[in-house]
Amino acid sequence: MRFIFKTEYQQDVKLFPHGGAVFWYSLLIAAMFAAPLVLDEFYIGEITYVLIFTIIGVGLMILTGYTGLVSLGHAAFLGIGAYAEAYLLGQGLPFLITVPISGFIAAAFGVALGVPALRMTGIYLAIATLAFAIIVAEVFARWESVTGGYGGMQVPDITLFGIDIYEDWQFYYICLIVTLIVMFGALNLLRSPTGRALVAIRDSEIAAQSMGVNLAKYKTLSFALSAGITGIAGALFAHKTVFLSPDSFSIVFSIQLLVMVVVGGLGSLHGAVYGAIFIGALPQIISIAKDYLPHAIGEQPSLEAGVFGLILVLFVLFEPLGIYGRWMKIKLFFQLFPLYKKATFKRQKSYMKSERVR
Amino acid sequence: MINGAAVGCIYALVALGFVLIYKATEVVNFAQGDLLMLGAFIAFTLIALMGWSYWIALPVTAVILAAFGWGLDRAVFRRVIGQPQFAIIMVTIGIGIIMRAGVSMVPQWGTETYSIDTPFSNKVVRFGDIVVAQEYLSIIAGTAILCVVLYLFFRRSRLGIAMQAASQNQLAAYYMGIPVKTVFSMIWGISAAVATVAGILLAPVSLIEANMGLIGLKAFPAAVLGGFGSIPGAVVGGLIIGIIEQLSAAYLPDGFKDVAAYIVLLAVLVVRPEGLFGESMRKKV
Repeated sequence: MRFIFKTEYQQDVKLFPHGGAVFWYSLLIAAMFAAPLVLDEFYIGEITYVLIFTIIGVGLMILTGYTGLVSLGHAAFLGIGAYAEAYLLGQGLPFLITVPISGFIAAAFGVALGVPALRMTGIYLAIATLAFAIIVAEVFARWESVTGGYGGMQVPDITLFGIDIYEDWQFYYICLIVTLIVMFGALNLLRSPTGRALVAIRDSEIAAQSMGVNLAKYKTLSFALSAGITGIAGALFAHKTVFLSPDSFSIVFSIQLLVMVVVGGLGSLHGAVYGAIFIGALPQIISIAKDYLPHAIGEQPSLEAGVFGLILVLFVLFEPLGIYGRWMKIKLFFQLFPLYKKATFKRQKSYMKSERVR
Repeated sequence: MINGAAVGCIYALVALGFVLIYKATEVVNFAQGDLLMLGAFIAFTLIALMGWSYWIALPVTAVILAAFGWGLDRAVFRRVIGQPQFAIIMVTIGIGIIMRAGVSMVPQWGTETYSIDTPFSNKVVRFGDIVVAQEYLSIIAGTAILCVVLYLFFRRSRLGIAMQAASQNQLAAYYMGIPVKTVFSMIWGISAAVATVAGILLAPVSLIEANMGLIGLKAFPAAVLGGFGSIPGAVVGGLIIGIIEQLSAAYLPDGFKDVAAYIVLLAVLVVRPEGLFGESMRKKV
């Protein structure tokens, strides 16, 4: 087990806790950059999806995992980003400008939703975001001059520094770089006073307020950041899917995104990555498993949805901390062997209404 | 207007299911619409496939679903009592997905759409100049009867009062000798039965299919408008939402019918988050 002796306060907010982490993360980044040289084109495409979902996961994690505001409408922000990207590119703006603008547009909608959301907590907020997502999906379908309605919308190709991006590996590098920027930004945000304020709001609004955290300001900020990051992911998503239709940003997709961060592990950026890998890998695993299942079960079209729901329920029941929580537990088990005790991760339960008001 | 009220009654019934569970256990059941769907499918099996009469199939289905709701609570929701609300919401969403997928896997049900014949099909009633389909009247009457029964149950019976106590403070109710866990299971049973009745009443008007549970999403505005946790509120909210929907279909451009309910919902949440009949809670430090 590694012991970190803290001798100064700056160590608490260091980006990497120790040299080993620097080494392994650098290795991971190097491996990601080298991947297209080694891997098949199919896998590069899949990893690109995982990267885009990672960006969404980071966005949703800031809102749900760190600020404690549950959003059932993130597919709407994704859609806003995607449509904004397609529309702006169609107007002839260059790619380097449209992606940030798409993010900003989504962030503006995030603020628009965040301000009324200040008065709500818990389920009301979840339901309000749900309503928002349904309204936005309807707008996508009806505003035909911009979105093409149910007919859908073709996403123009990217041109970057005079090079046309049409190969999968080129787009993979774009996604990888954006993911790294977003990750690095989120890590820095979370160790800054702003990030601490968000976590304080999650743990107890009343306590945070007493410590001088401006609830309205930080909740709105959290909504804006989350929506903005999701909007950027949406811009990349648009290029990945090439063709946008209103159906792709339905409420089911929102729920899927939320499941992603829950299964990955709420309250950690690792969780966002694990969740994205889970979302990306599950359909593949199921399609492989189909070959080994009896015909009657294997050929069911709703098999994937069923497995998805089952995994969600099992995770919340047996591993509320998600994949990342399981990883932490296994790590701690070996670090403390044979002194590991289950109670380390036990969560406080609350049985009274007054206990639930935070 | 009558059609709007009838659709509103369905929303009211689903919202009633939400409210019952929320009031007692503080769980928002996102799978309520899927319980409705399952109820409709079982009724379809009994009536259309096995040839039972409507009046026998209705209570039998309600009992089956009540048992299902009871079992669901025993197997799943009992484990998550006391956990953060968010976790519980996720479980209900997951259960809903599983139920939807499960129903479409059952051989005789599948992903097709069905309808059932009821004693009310294709008959009309005349009030002077107004012609109303009996199906819609049956929905309104069914809702009214169910509401009165539930109201009396919660006000008059020992069990109903025990349920109210459990909903206000789980620990205190437990100390008073109320078997809180059993009470919660019963609430789930009742709520599932209410959803079933809604499903069977809805069946002649809409079609039976695996995704009919999405009507549950429409019931959220109803529940919120009435104030989550208020039984009369749910009914009034459902009626208002149903009527608003019909009116916006008649007077507003295309597309507003589907979102009108949600626009109302957002407006209510902004202006008066506790709804029409709700009670707000604050923590004093």
